[in-house]
Amino acid sequence: MAGTGEGKKEEADYKRLNSFPLIRHTDMPEEMRVETMELCVTACEKFATNNESAAKMIKESMDKKFGSSWHVVIGEGFGFEVTHEVKNLLYMFFGGSLAVCVWKCS
Amino acid sequence: MNVTTNNAAASVRKDEDEAVDIGDGKALTVPPDQLELTEAELKEEITRTLTANNPHAPQNIVRYSFKATSVEDGGEVEEAGDEDRPDSVASKIDKKEPKITNQFNFSERASQTLNNPLRERSCQTEPPPRSTFSATANQWVIYDAYEKELQKQEKNKEKQKAVPSKKDDEESKKKIMPMETQHNDLTKVAHAAKILERMVSQNIFDDIAQDDLTNQGRGMLIFYTLKNPSFPEYIYPTNSGVLCLDIHEQRSYLVAVGFYDGSVAVYNLKKKGQEAVYMSTAKTGKHTDPVWQNELVFRDIITLSLDSAVSEGPEGAQLASIACGTSLDFHKHISYLFLVGTEEGKIHKCSKWYSSQFLETYPAHSTAVDAVKWNHFHPKVFISCSSDWTVKIWDHTIRTPIFTFDLKAAVSDVAWAPYSSTVFAAVTIDGTCQDSATTGTIHTVMNSQICK
Repeated sequence: MAGTGEGKKEEADYKRLNSFPLIRHTDMPEEMRVETMELCVTACEKFATNNESAAKMIKESMDKKFGSSWHVVIGEGFGFEVTHEVKNLLYMFFGGSLAVCVWKCS
Repeated sequence: MNVTTNNAAASVRKDEDEAVDIGDGKALTVPPDQLELTEAELKEEITRTLTANNPHAPQNIVRYSFKATSVEDGGEVEEAGDEDRPDSVASKIDKKEPKITNQFNFSERASQTLNNPLRERSCQTEPPPRSTFSATANQWVIYDAYEKELQKQEKNKEKQKAVPSKKDDEESKKKIMPMETQHNDLTKVAHAAKILERMVSQNIFDDIAQDDLTNQGRGMLIFYTLKNPSFPEYIYPTNSGVLCLDIHEQRSYLVAVGFYDGSVAVYNLKKKGQEAVYMSTAKTGKHTDPVWQNELVFRDIITLSLDSAVSEGPEGAQLASIACGTSLDFHKHISYLFLVGTEEGKIHKCSKWYSSQFLETYPAHSTAVDAVKWNHFHPKVFISCSSDWTVKIWDHTIRTPIFTFDLKAAVSDVAWAPYSSTVFAAVTIDGTCQDSATTGTIHTVMNSQICK
């Protein structure tokens, strides 16, 4: 039991250590992609415990910067199918266990 | 009044005698039936009152009634009535008959300007394109993705650390045209280097196009990567125009560069700085003329320059030669053996170990030898081309060429096909590329122009 407990801890540490933002799928232009990714990372780090606030921050910033209307989903376990405007979708992983999906569709 | 009466009296007396005098317009004419009144009667003032009564209406109308068979009295006199009086109430009531307005000189005219007809126009913009995307975010999906990414990163790190093999007698495979590859990354880098060489040449030829060979400005060494061909991956500004470059076979991050001003530099792509790791200067015996070609072999650099020196760096050992070298090629399997083509048209076979003389000299062409290439498969055969319109195939043990091809235009470069020992391609200055296949013993030559 202790062994598995330690194993889990190692895993969690390992994931946290390697918690670079990993873009899974996107069709944004380079500049927009970088900016959005950094925004997501900032938001997730700021609201590490509250996904809703993080999503709110991301959505509002995106609306201001790139126009309405954006949608943001943050979570650890979900499936989705969305219709998005072309070149306005970002789907990335962060922190070893968080998935963030940001898309625009008015 | 006195005047008038006098006139009247005078004219009356005249009338009695003569006809009426009409001469003077202002004189009053007296009608013949005017009453003759005495002066006293003339001065009498008579008051006349105006009434609304119709002055023409007779005061006494008599009507005969057939019923009563007698004349009845008291017929109604047609009076003016209230309707004709202005400002009375009765005159403002709707009249039965329409009033005729100025029957003498009145006409109605109406006109209407032309109004432009109205049209409705509407438009609908196309909505921005949309597409659907679906995925699942689970803990294991995330974990797998991270694992994959980590593995990829580690692989990249490993590939960049080349394994240095230090055996001197090991055969070094030459890479003249980057066709033979060992890793996938190497191909990519090599291909990128091809693009790069073109870029570099572009940098150079810009100046040349301005017909100013002697005034080469600063150049640049630019590396593109296939992953992102739109922007250079690495940029190194150089002091002089870059003429040629070669990439180390094993250590693919090392690049040897030859400059227009004759110096040679080695760049390490892994280092972040923009300076060369090694740069040959006047002290170390650099060339004085442009470095046309250099080959990076293993750990050594052989450079060939127009000033006839073939020097080996970084030690700087020099091989003296009489004429100026224009092309260089190393043997595929024998690492110390290489060929040098000269401006005079001769080809020298040289060895790295014998730096003072040539092993062999072939009287190859009448003009400068533009390219010399060993055959990839046949250890004895090499091919040479020159501006004297010929391409010649040699056996290095025989001093005369085996085959000669006349291409009717100056040949600027020739290369062996990597897959066959009997196929080579030659490029002429008129822009055509010729592909020739030669079959060993049978002297048949197939010549076909493949591109222009």
